[in-house]
Amino acid sequence: MISENSDTASNLPKLATVWLDGCSGCHMSLLDMDHRLLTLLEQADLVYSPLVDQKHFPDYVDITLVEGAISSEADLEKILHVRAHTKILVSLGDCAVTANVPSLRNPLGVNAILERVSAGGLPKQPDTVPLLCAHARPVHTAVKVDLFVPGCPPSADTIFLVISELLAGRQPDLHAITRFGL
Amino acid sequence: MRVVTLKINGQEMSGRDDEDILHVAREHGIDIPTLCQLDGVSEWGGCRLCLVEIEGSPKLSAACVTKVSEGMVVNTNTERLAGYRKSIVEMLFTEGNHVCSVCVSNNNCELQDMSHELKIDHISLPYRYPLKEVDASHDLFIFDANRCILCTRCIRVCDEVEGAHTWDIAGRGIKSQLISDLHQPWGDSPSCTSCGKCVEACPTGALFEKGKAAGEMVKDARFLVYLEEMKEEKS
Ligand code: SF4
Ligand code: SF4
Ligand code: SF4
Ligand code: FES
Repeated sequence: MISENSDTASNLPKLATVWLDGCSGCHMSLLDMDHRLLTLLEQADLVYSPLVDQKHFPDYVDITLVEGAISSEADLEKILHVRAHTKILVSLGDCAVTANVPSLRNPLGVNAILERVSAGGLPKQPDTVPLLCAHARPVHTAVKVDLFVPGCPPSADTIFLVISELLAGRQPDLHAITRFGL
Repeated sequence: MRVVTLKINGQEMSGRDDEDILHVAREHGIDIPTLCQLDGVSEWGGCRLCLVEIEGSPKLSAACVTKVSEGMVVNTNTERLAGYRKSIVEMLFTEGNHVCSVCVSNNNCELQDMSHELKIDHISLPYRYPLKEVDASHDLFIFDANRCILCTRCIRVCDEVEGAHTWDIAGRGIKSQLISDLHQPWGDSPSCTSCGKCVEACPTGALFEKGKAAGEMVKDARFLVYLEEMKEEKS
């Protein structure tokens, strides 16, 4: 399904970021790398992201970073599509890696959560919001993940290292600088 | 008691024959991962993290409850052991509900440290998401069963050091749970003296002080070693 044909003239590797059920903190951390963003953008094209104006996920992306757990049917559909069009998929941050805070609802069940958060009883799903899955779950339980970057959120330094090492064709060694929760 | 010589990870050493492999190894600078073991209380041998290989024996032995003997040849860090340890820690994560980022013990937790030490960067086993209770009935402390790894450190310290025996395990296998007294709310416990020893001895965020927010609960189980030393000085 992956085609290397690009619709732009640039020959730079293609980079994307995706936001599922997370607080956007991982994306904030990405922005936190300041001027180093410009360094990275000289080495890769950011072709899809909540940070850029691009509605559709491209046919081919070299590296995609995913923030957030899979919590709804829409998240699931999205990640399956992203996986099919991505060479290297990275679970970025604890929500993607462990389901983290979104998973707090898991032992309680969907109905209990909806009754609690939507006034006046259960909303009829699907109406305008996507159907919730039974559990908020880690990305790797639905699709193959090539690299795990734990952290809540991973630091800007960590994300910079991840992207620059992957762009250089190397597998980054993250053990010393990442762990669950921090 | 006599002195025996043995080999751990190829290193020659000697120890007393009433000492276990774990302590002899540690005295010689070799660390073996542990969770249920706690200096100052009896050994329990339940978490199985300290498993080691002993040459000539087909089964693995828990280093914290296996005595050293003459000529023993022990390996503590083979690839097979690393695999088992990883699985054990992954199971501890999947059998409870651990959300480190919002946990009182974030960055001060022996389970979290262990996952890091064993280079676990995701959990490959299926999560169970069990529904577990939080007991906040005690005036000073909270018990959150979601983070309890059933190491029994609290049980042993409360029984052997404080002499109260408030805690125990009820049920078997996956249904095992920590209970206070006759499965009453902790706050109603007639035996608990509110000494807080169980809280300090607990390796995770399962037992903590009221009023602590995420990452604020810092524990120190070393008081047990001081108690031991004081006892020895007195006698
Ligand atoms: S008890 Fe430890 S492993 Fe469990 S959530 Fe808290 S910090 Fe994480
Ligand atoms: S506070 Fe002290 S007496 Fe009470 S349960 Fe804990 S160790 Fe036992
Ligand atoms: S409450 Fe803490 S010390 Fe007690 S069994 Fe659970 S994890 Fe171990
Ligand atoms: S430390 Fe030996 S079994 Fe737990």
